[in-house]
Amino acid sequence: MISIKNLHTSVEETEILKGIDLEVKPGEVHAIMGPNGSGKSTLANVLAGREEYEVTAGSVEFNGRNLLEMPAEERAREGLFLAFQYPVEIPGVSNANFLKAALNAIRQHRGEEAFDAMDFLTMVKERLQLVEMDQKFLQRAVNVGFSGGEKKRNEIFQMAVLEPQLGILDETDSGLDIDALKIVANGVNKLRNPQRSFIIVTHYQRLLDYIVPDFVHVLADGRIIKSGGKELALYLEKNGYDDLLNGNGKAAV
Amino acid sequence: MPKPPAKNDYDDKFGSAEEQQTVENLTKSEYKWGFTTDIETDMAPKGLNENIVRFISAKKEEPEWLLQWRLKAFRHWQKMVEPKWPNVKYPPIDFQNAYYYAAPKPQKQLESLDEVDPKLRETFDKLGISIMEQKRLSNVAVDAVMDSVSVATTFQGELKKHGIIFGAFSEAVKNHPELVRKYLGSVVPYTDNFYAALNSAVFSDGSFCYIPKGVRCPMELSTYFRINAANTGQFERTLIVADEGANVSYLEGCTAPMRDENQLHAAVVEIYVHKEAQVKYSTVQNWYPGDENGVGGVYNFVTKRAITHENAKVSWTQVETGSAITWKYPSVILKGDNSIGEFYSVALTNNYQQADTGTKMMHLGKNTRSTIISKGISAGKSQNSYRGLVRVGKNAENARNFSQCDSLLIGDQCGAHTFPYLEIKNPTAQVEHEATTSKIGDDQIFYLLQRGISEEDAINMIVNGYCKEVFRELPMEFAVEAQKLLAVSLEGSVG
Repeated sequence: MISIKNLHTSVEETEILKGIDLEVKPGEVHAIMGPNGSGKSTLANVLAGREEYEVTAGSVEFNGRNLLEMPAEERAREGLFLAFQYPVEIPGVSNANFLKAALNAIRQHRGEEAFDAMDFLTMVKERLQLVEMDQKFLQRAVNVGFSGGEKKRNEIFQMAVLEPQLGILDETDSGLDIDALKIVANGVNKLRNPQRSFIIVTHYQRLLDYIVPDFVHVLADGRIIKSGGKELALYLEKNGYDDLLNGNGKAAV
Repeated sequence: MPKPPAKNDYDDKFGSAEEQQTVENLTKSEYKWGFTTDIETDMAPKGLNENIVRFISAKKEEPEWLLQWRLKAFRHWQKMVEPKWPNVKYPPIDFQNAYYYAAPKPQKQLESLDEVDPKLRETFDKLGISIMEQKRLSNVAVDAVMDSVSVATTFQGELKKHGIIFGAFSEAVKNHPELVRKYLGSVVPYTDNFYAALNSAVFSDGSFCYIPKGVRCPMELSTYFRINAANTGQFERTLIVADEGANVSYLEGCTAPMRDENQLHAAVVEIYVHKEAQVKYSTVQNWYPGDENGVGGVYNFVTKRAITHENAKVSWTQVETGSAITWKYPSVILKGDNSIGEFYSVALTNNYQQADTGTKMMHLGKNTRSTIISKGISAGKSQNSYRGLVRVGKNAENARNFSQCDSLLIGDQCGAHTFPYLEIKNPTAQVEHEATTSKIGDDQIFYLLQRGISEEDAINMIVNGYCKEVFRELPMEFAVEAQKLLAVSLEGSVG
């Protein structure tokens, strides 16, 4: 699905990712954990094609294609979806219009026919149920006046409609109360299938109680310092990150 | 402008067939309306003096009182100086180096619509206006004004049944002189300002509309303006009178061919609204804006004003994307108690365009209310100013105004300016003013890109969302057209 090799990136001359290697196969769920400032969100944004980040070395293959050569919209059309840590407000643009434009851009890219209003409506109504959202959400302007929880649910709802091959969740759990967290996790779980992969970036183990990962990686100071199964997350929950790090943030184990 | 097919699913439902159309249209980026029509033109000699004024009046076979009115206006204009207060820059205009009258040469008196010059008809077809009665389908009566002369008016028969007069100004002068004489200059006197005085002296045609007492006009009325001949000014004059309890929605569209020289356009629109009457006036202005280096384009210096009597209402909605320079303040004199004035505006400038536009709400009557929603969008190297006056007179008990002026910047080489003026002479007035300035954020664009939407579509979507409060005031057909126009006008504004 995605193969990241020795990825280095900088923002304004400061190196943030210092050689990431990660291989995600179809159907796998990988969790990326790590302390604040370790580069987790940077990794998510670099993969999505955000321009502020300069890739200085390394390669990323996505379904056999060079991901780093594609502009952001093409990555999205090829099936890479980022659930934003801070979803953006677009005043005056309804969720429905926005999503329909996105869906049809993706369908067109795949050589499929555009959905008309009726097909679209039928489909989104069903997907809304995944995240227990009311139809009223469709008519509201994108993320405008949404609570923190609603914004995150809206991200998962969009993912459900756009049906990506790879979903990257950037701290989707932050700012969620336990009920919202369960709804979001439940939505993601329903989207899991043998073809679809996920990279879940999170600071806390909490989300992983509900979305059980196949692999857990610990990111610190721009490198993956430890990888393991879901038990690694539990270990971190109990012992914190300090145990894995020495004083200067370098790997201790 | 080409009329889009009528759609019922516009607005924030899922009616985005328009969006796809927008995308298609995006690929054709240049000013699409820049063709000229090769037809014989009957022109006045170059320059401006009393003889030209007499020439125009004679051409139109006008009565003596109108000639005298023009001459008074001309003499007054000679004593006036061009206003310099707008926040726009342009080289001095040589008023002697222009033609003040250009009419497509009439072959003969026309008996029916079928006799309109086929070449002219072709032009209007290109513009998407069919002068033929096919228009009945879309229920819009059109008066088409090319250069300075009103060419044909559809639906005369249907309108006549309701006692509605709608057609060329010059026809109205002939057929309804008492109405024209009574209302001409009653809202915008020829002394009003430099360009209104100039217009009063040399206007060659325009539209006239009268809705009798208690009549609700059964269709949208539409005027279509086009400047065709080179070096001509277009000085049309529109006069709309809504008698007591009448109701009308009026649309105005404008285009001009591409030319290197600047063309002058100085129109006057007067709306007289009797008590209990309502007038909705919508404009989509798309005069040639000049090329991407600021060469050419229309200078658009327009005076638009309405006066409302008791319980009457006027609503101005404008979408301004064209012209090299726009200088325009559709205003309402709220004379009668409980009358209402509204102004909804989208003004978009790109490349080297300059716009200084806004409104004036003059509250004279008690319990008068006004609403101002202005959305400015600046891109390229353009300058976009909102200038608005809210004046509450000393007798205007309980007058209320709400103003919202938003500016959106695209790129970092353009400018947005806001000049709000408030003059409140009655302590019971409630006046609210809100203003915001924002930039299209990289975050917003990236969010849409990450969902697979192209950058151009992303910007169109953000801009259209920003303008929504104004677009929803437009008649549906116009709203779709306005969306497309914004998309075309924004071409190349990012990158």
